[in-house]
Amino acid sequence: MVVESKSSAVSEVCKQILSKLEAYNFGKDDIFAVHLTLEEAFLNAVKHGNKMDPTKTVKIDYSVDSDKVEICITDEGEGFEPDSVADPRFGIGLFEPGGRGLLLMNSYMDTVKYNERGNSVYMVRYKEKPDMTIGSGEIEA
Amino acid sequence: MAVIKPMISVEYAGNATIVRFTDEKILEEKDIKALQNSVMPIIESASGRINLILDFGNVRFLSSAVLGLLIRISKRIYECEGQLRLCNINPKIYEIFKITRLTKTFDIYESSEGAIEDLSQAD
Repeated sequence: MVVESKSSAVSEVCKQILSKLEAYNFGKDDIFAVHLTLEEAFLNAVKHGNKMDPTKTVKIDYSVDSDKVEICITDEGEGFEPDSVADPRFGIGLFEPGGRGLLLMNSYMDTVKYNERGNSVYMVRYKEKPDMTIGSGEIEA
Repeated sequence: MAVIKPMISVEYAGNATIVRFTDEKILEEKDIKALQNSVMPIIESASGRINLILDFGNVRFLSSAVLGLLIRISKRIYECEGQLRLCNINPKIYEIFKITRLTKTFDIYESSEGAIEDLSQAD
């Protein structure tokens, strides 16, 4: 799907993708993780990629099956070099207001890859396995 | 208890001002701006230094932009030689604080009572 490059447009994107996750019985942790990732990645595309230009668009490709969700978000910007982004967990970054979106995306998704230009991010999260420990109700004695 | 704007409520306990976020989700930039416009005047209008507790009891989802707001709030409070405590953060959101290592930056309490007690001892 292709949507307007404005931050409020993420709600429809989330609605569509998260409803698919629910249909495929993804758990609450998966849905929280993908929701957070969509918010962060989409805002990055609008703000840093398309530089808040309302005439630009953001393209979202996604696929959901019983094992995983794949999401690709592409903006019309010039791209960026992910390795050039400072780690916000250390030094002065810890006290900076911004710069935590990529860290959260990397933490909550199993795969995060950028295209060569750096204007498109591809992410995968595999469905969390059910808790199989004794007492969880999943295993019968 | 005075309701200042739809997104926060304010209560006073001992030497502390407790600001509760009333929304379940804090995401959009305009919401975060509204929050900033609600919280900053409370800090500015305090006579002398403020002991502020931010209560996340109602919040179930937030984005990294909210973390940025918290950093801005904490900077302003420390400029005024005040103190900031966070409390009632649900486990999923606490995980975001852990991932970003903001658990090292903020003083986080399980309950508002714990934060109030800590501030009463600090004064």
